[in-house]
Amino acid sequence: MSQKSLTIALAGNPNSGKTTIFNNITGTRQKVGNWPGVTVEKKEGIVSKYGYELKIIDLPGTYSLTPFSVEEIIARDFVLDECPDVVIDIIDASNLERSLYLATQLRETDCKVLFALNMADIARTRGIKIDADKLSELLDLPIVFTIGNKNEGIDALLKKAIELAESDVDTSGRRKVKYSKDIENSISKLRSFIEKNSGISLPYKTRWTIIKLLENDKLVRERVLQKAGDQGRNIIQEVQLHRELLADRFNDDSEIVMTDERYGFIAGIIKEVLTTITKQRIDISRNIDLVLTNRFIGFPIFIFFIWAMFQLTFSLGVYPMEWLDTSVNWFSISLDGLLPDSLFKDLLINGVIAGVGSIIVFLPNILILFFCIALFEDTGYMSRAAFLMDRIMHLIGLHGKSFIPMLMGFGCSVPAVMATRTLESEKDRILTILITPFMSCSAKLPIYIVLTGIFFSAKAGTVIFCIYFAGIILAIVTGRLFRSTLLRGADAPFVMELPPYRVPMVKSLIIHMWDRSKMFLKKMGGVILIGSVVIWTLSAFPQNIQYSRDYLAETNSVIALYDTKIATANGLDMQHLENKRDAAVAQLETAQKTEKMEKSYMGRIGKTLAPVFAPLGIDWRGSVALLTGFVAKEIVVSTMGILYLAGDEGSDTLKDALLSSDMTPLSALAMMVFVLLYLPCLATVATIKQETGSFKWTLFSITYCTSLAWVAAFCVYQGGKIIGFS
Amino acid sequence: MLLSEMKESQTGVVNRVGGNGALRRRILEMGILKGSEVYIEKYAPLKDPLELIVKGYHLSLRVEEAAQITVDDVK
Repeated sequence: MSQKSLTIALAGNPNSGKTTIFNNITGTRQKVGNWPGVTVEKKEGIVSKYGYELKIIDLPGTYSLTPFSVEEIIARDFVLDECPDVVIDIIDASNLERSLYLATQLRETDCKVLFALNMADIARTRGIKIDADKLSELLDLPIVFTIGNKNEGIDALLKKAIELAESDVDTSGRRKVKYSKDIENSISKLRSFIEKNSGISLPYKTRWTIIKLLENDKLVRERVLQKAGDQGRNIIQEVQLHRELLADRFNDDSEIVMTDERYGFIAGIIKEVLTTITKQRIDISRNIDLVLTNRFIGFPIFIFFIWAMFQLTFSLGVYPMEWLDTSVNWFSISLDGLLPDSLFKDLLINGVIAGVGSIIVFLPNILILFFCIALFEDTGYMSRAAFLMDRIMHLIGLHGKSFIPMLMGFGCSVPAVMATRTLESEKDRILTILITPFMSCSAKLPIYIVLTGIFFSAKAGTVIFCIYFAGIILAIVTGRLFRSTLLRGADAPFVMELPPYRVPMVKSLIIHMWDRSKMFLKKMGGVILIGSVVIWTLSAFPQNIQYSRDYLAETNSVIALYDTKIATANGLDMQHLENKRDAAVAQLETAQKTEKMEKSYMGRIGKTLAPVFAPLGIDWRGSVALLTGFVAKEIVVSTMGILYLAGDEGSDTLKDALLSSDMTPLSALAMMVFVLLYLPCLATVATIKQETGSFKWTLFSITYCTSLAWVAAFCVYQGGKIIGFS
Repeated sequence: MLLSEMKESQTGVVNRVGGNGALRRRILEMGILKGSEVYIEKYAPLKDPLELIVKGYHLSLRVEEAAQITVDDVK
């Protein structure tokens, strides 16, 4: 027998403990954060209980059902369009008054609503006592006490939800928020206007639609126009008349008046159900905050935390990173020994394993980083970080929260871009994603070190610092530019709750960390795999290259030459000759590799692109190196190693090779500027695509970065030449 | 008096929330309405944003946002 299935939606304010309850019910791994608005995606889980199949939906945490943010629209649309069997509104008992605002709006939707009064134990210690029976009676809704983090009351909650879903209570007769006479007057007049025109079909329930139209809700207006066509226009006109009437009467917009009146309705309830025992309560959270956001030591502590996060991520992460790197190498070498030489083997080892392996090594960093972020979020420190940094970030037109992803960009752009998920406004998120790649990531550092070491030996440190600084400046400029053009619009307001500090649950920290990292592995793995194969194909094909020299014959003749000499030589000379022979063979091998690279598709692309890079003082070898940097920035150095070293037979270090090439300090500088800014690596691009969810923005980001890189490098090189540097 | 002119540890009663559009609505929805008592907990180290207590919870606002709100009975 198939079970009857019910849909239960969980709604509630951010930080109300909603996600904890969701986790307790479903056992699904899901993000529990202290940061307002952390659950942007809709999460669901299915459980079988009491003979029912319960589909539980975790709606984003919202403060109200106005379309103020994406989260609210998601939550509202779900409640209205999908009509869940029951909506459980989770209410933070220590925050009853504000929580009831959302509750009154949920009640207006005519859904079957059930209250979970959460964390009443904490509220009690804070001196807040709630008369639940009275509240239930006044609101005409069932109430269940829960303690999310102790998993108490969850079963009772589900039982009650099933009971409610199966009952046939008529929610429309329920006591509503009664607005003032004038507003109720307008509502009933509009209702009779709609009922008179019996042809009008509304997308939602009549009273709710009227209320929303009076509140000037854009989305509802659009939908009414869609659904009711010409008739809809009549309604909107009628509503507009009433809005003007009310505005005249109250000397304010009707949506403001209605918000006010809802709170008035709530105040009446609060007066009856809530008693605060002690006025001056001991508040540990406030005391912690006195230290952590202190005028003098707030910033030092914040900087220390960030420093500690970086240390953990990049210093502690190095060890497991090395183990993984060794394992990948070992695996690759073992396969090399096991498989017969073939194109497939080359693809497997140099394409797939090299590509995917280069991503897997980041796993420890990602794990540690996400653990730290989860810790910041779950304790409630993240919103304090935003509180501290907002002033500075506001200069770029960004929200205080954007600081964390930008800072992480210095480590690796992949987690940095992923960290933008904590931003609520989509515009902020996209803007932050666009400028994060300018924070020079750690993989670019080897390139700077090599180039500055060779061309600016004494001033290497200063030059690298300037490069980093240039990145920050350009990020700020870009931020301001886009904020006033493409992503115009008021900055996201900083109306942000500072939730009380909470002791994080270890289990939930680990769940978050693993959850995010798993996603990283899964999604990155797929794209990286494809990308690596493409890059490999470009460098491995065409297979039948017409070499300018017969390398095999030359190698054989060199070996033969030395072997005859060795045959006649004595002990010490023999050793010496053998070394010389091996060196000569190796040199031929590199020469062959270079020619192969030069004639591969990759090399051809590099040569084709050479004219583009010429004004920047970068030759075709540099172009190919930069091109391979798309896989991972670290590769730029190794490609340069192969190309420059092999092309110049007299040199045995990259340093000599570069010094004797056309490269000058100026062109090296131009190249570094280009590296700083140009398109981020494949993994980052894939992450940008994943986080923006848009090819358009991904493409835009790539194009913008690369164009800016070219222009900046051009200015450096040509400008430098004019001034007289070389 | 404007909310943004209040000093730390002062309380006041909201008189009018100015400004327009979504931001104004949001401020109201968060419980800052005419008649609500607000307590200025602190200003951020760089003097912006500020933290206040309203309806029993902590909320932060930018100074420019707070400048849209007038308060009475500041103590």
